[in-house]
Parts: sequence; C-alpha cells; structure tokens
Amino acid sequence: MADVIEITTDNFQGTVLESELPVLVDFWAEWCGPCRMVAPVVAQLAEDYEGKLVVGKLNVDTSPEIAQRYNVAGIPFLGLFEHGALARHAVGAMPKAQIEKQLGIGAA
Amino acid sequence: MGISDERGAVPDDVHDLIIIGGGPAGYTAAIYAARAGLKPLMAEGYGAGGQLMLTTEVENFPGFPEAVQGPELMQQMRAQAERFGARIETVDVERVDLSERPFHVWIEGAEHRAQSVIIATGATARWLDLPSETALRGFGVSTCATCDGFFFKDKPMVVVGGGDSAMEEAVYLARMAESVTIVHRRDSFRASEIMARRALDHERIHVRWNAEVEEVLGDGKVEGVRVRDTVTGEMQDIPTAAMFVAIGHDPATGLFRGQIALDDEGYVITDGTRTDVEGVFACGDVQDTVYRQAITAAASGCMAAMDAERWLESVDHSEVPPEAALTHGKDA
Repeated sequence: MADVIEITTDNFQGTVLESELPVLVDFWAEWCGPCRMVAPVVAQLAEDYEGKLVVGKLNVDTSPEIAQRYNVAGIPFLGLFEHGALARHAVGAMPKAQIEKQLGIGAA
Repeated sequence: MGISDERGAVPDDVHDLIIIGGGPAGYTAAIYAARAGLKPLMAEGYGAGGQLMLTTEVENFPGFPEAVQGPELMQQMRAQAERFGARIETVDVERVDLSERPFHVWIEGAEHRAQSVIIATGATARWLDLPSETALRGFGVSTCATCDGFFFKDKPMVVVGGGDSAMEEAVYLARMAESVTIVHRRDSFRASEIMARRALDHERIHVRWNAEVEEVLGDGKVEGVRVRDTVTGEMQDIPTAAMFVAIGHDPATGLFRGQIALDDEGYVITDGTRTDVEGVFACGDVQDTVYRQAITAAASGCMAAMDAERWLESVDHSEVPPEAALTHGKDA
C-alpha cells in the first residue's frame, strides 16, 4: 500500500519540486474538519496511482512558508505539482471522481 | 471487501437497509437500525460528519452544558452506531436505482441491493455563484471560517449573510481579524436574537446593510469585494483579505433527481420520513426546510429508522427473506 508522505518546508524542494513524477500535495491542518473528510480519499489516491503519482500531505500550521508561497488560503487544498510548478488544484472536500477531474488525473 | 465482484455481477444478498449519508441524521438512523437488528450498511461518503465537521463549539445540543466540539460529537455518534453493528463505509454512492425493489445502490463501483433505503445526504453550503468567487476559492474565498480564518490573522475580513451561521462565522473570525464586515442584503438579520446580538455588540464587527456582492476583487488573492447598495444602487469597494460566504445551504439530492419527489428547491418531499417511493425514507437537512438543527436532524434520523423497521416488518419479502439474507449473506 502506497503511503502518503509527509511534506514540510525542509523537504518541499527535493520531494515536490525536483520530483520526476507529478506530486499531489494535500495542504491541511488539525483544526480543519473538511481536511479530515478528504484525508481517506487522498490515501485512496495514493494507492490507486502508485508508481504514477507521488502523494503527500503538508501541514499549513507547521510549514506555513509553502502555503504562503503559493497563496494557499483555503484548505483542504489539493495541489498537483508538475515539473516544479503548481499545475492544477482543487479546493474543499469532494468525491474522488471530482478531485480526479479537477486535477486532470485518472482514466477519464 | 465488496459484496459484488468488479465485473458488476448481481450481488447474492440483499441488505435490509442502506443508509446514504453520514451526519447526525444518518448516524442516529444507523444507531436505531443497528439496535433493531437490521445490520444497516452506511455509505457515509466523502462528506462524513456533515456540516458539524465545519463547526467548533456546538452550544445547543442537549446534554452538553459546557458545549461540545462539532467533529467530536460526530465521532461519538459514529462510534455508537458501529458499536451496535452498523457497517460504515467512508465511500461515495455513485448511483441509485429506486425504480424496483430490492433497490440498487452503487457504492464505489460495487452494486448493493437493499429492501429499504434511508436518505440522509444533508445539505451543502451555497455559493453566490459569481465567476470571480469561483476563481478565488482557496485564495481568500471560503465557506469555512474554522478552516480558513487562520490564513487572515490581523487582516480585515468580510462575511456575507444574515443568518445564524453568518453570525457564528463573524464572531469566530473576530477573534483573529483586524475587523469583520458583515455584508447583508437586507436591513435586519434573520439570525436568532442571541446570535445577532453577539455580532452586533462586538467591537470589531461592523455591518454593511442593504448590500449585495457584485464581484470579488483581486488577482490571485482576494483584495476586496464590490457591493451594490440594494436601496440606492450605489457601488462601493470594501477592502478585505477574505470573503466568507454564509448564505445558507442547498439539499444534496442530485443522486435522486427524477427518482423521488423533490420540491422546487431540491428538498426531498416527505410525509413524516416517508418519501413518495415506498421503502425509501429521508431524514435530516435533506428534507428539512424549517429547522435544520443537529438535534432535529438526529431526531428525524431516529424516526426514519423506526419507520423503515416497521415498514420492513409489514411487507412480504417473498423474493429474499431478510432472515435468509442475514444468515447466509457474506456480511452476516
């Protein structure tokens, strides 16, 4: 089972920006109810796209610099990073199919 | 885990009851149905916990004199349902077919059948539906103060709306905001007296009466909102770092459109908890156009479970007796 990796200000450059695979970053915080709602969906995406997509979560409370850099001001914020840049995003808890559609991943 | 295989073959057992949606209504229905021995299957969906997951302190749920955290209350209700044997899956229902019994419910690709269905899908926050609002979602436009207030510490914020939830958001945000401006299209709030007073008496909360949001201003992040005075027609720009929308909720009934009777606003039409399809019941905010409280949702969840139980007893399941399904089904 593919793990959702922990992304922080310290490893963001190496893990996300320099990744060969696209990286899905779930910006979240402890106090955010919808973040808890969407967490199992994110874990499922990690499993579904194992080998094709790196999936990680970034706590905006402990790594605020990254959220600021991308003007992220609403969570859960699911950002898809490709070749070192934020390519697409989806905001708010939503069904898996809708996340896949907004991020342009998946078969459909 | 699924009771049907991936090829979509017809599953070999029939549930007594499938509950769609996990909030106070769905969890309470699951508690009652599980205690009645119905072994309900619940698809709580990606919105598990419902609107209470977006709140902080719930002060008006009986039994909690010191208030209870919304997400905590939901976790406890869920645990209570599981304790009595409800099978809860955090997955989405993709499609239902309520045209024949047993009913068909597709949950993440797997087809399930049930003699009865309880709809408890609740309601989701309504947006203003402005293009500029959509573009700035996640960059200063939000419907969740408890999630996103953090990002605008010591900055001016705007709350749109005039009901209890708008007051609650404004008061919550005022703890961290430089100031909060409530933009409301009328000249008085429809919020309850106690909630309105908390907002009106707060030194950092101001109200812009008779104003409708025309546009959210900003490129890449919110910088202001442009409002139109509903009396004079005059335009005004209010500088702000964030706009929180609290203008009500819409029932989540897209799954059932065309299959059960809905009113003009999309609410399930119920008689008690019965819908116009025999064996299908609805509870909570998805059918409540009046009260919409956690306690009324929970109460109607109880009613739906009891109605479903009585209905199941009254009909003849000649095709698959529920006893047989329970004894021989893979779920049993």
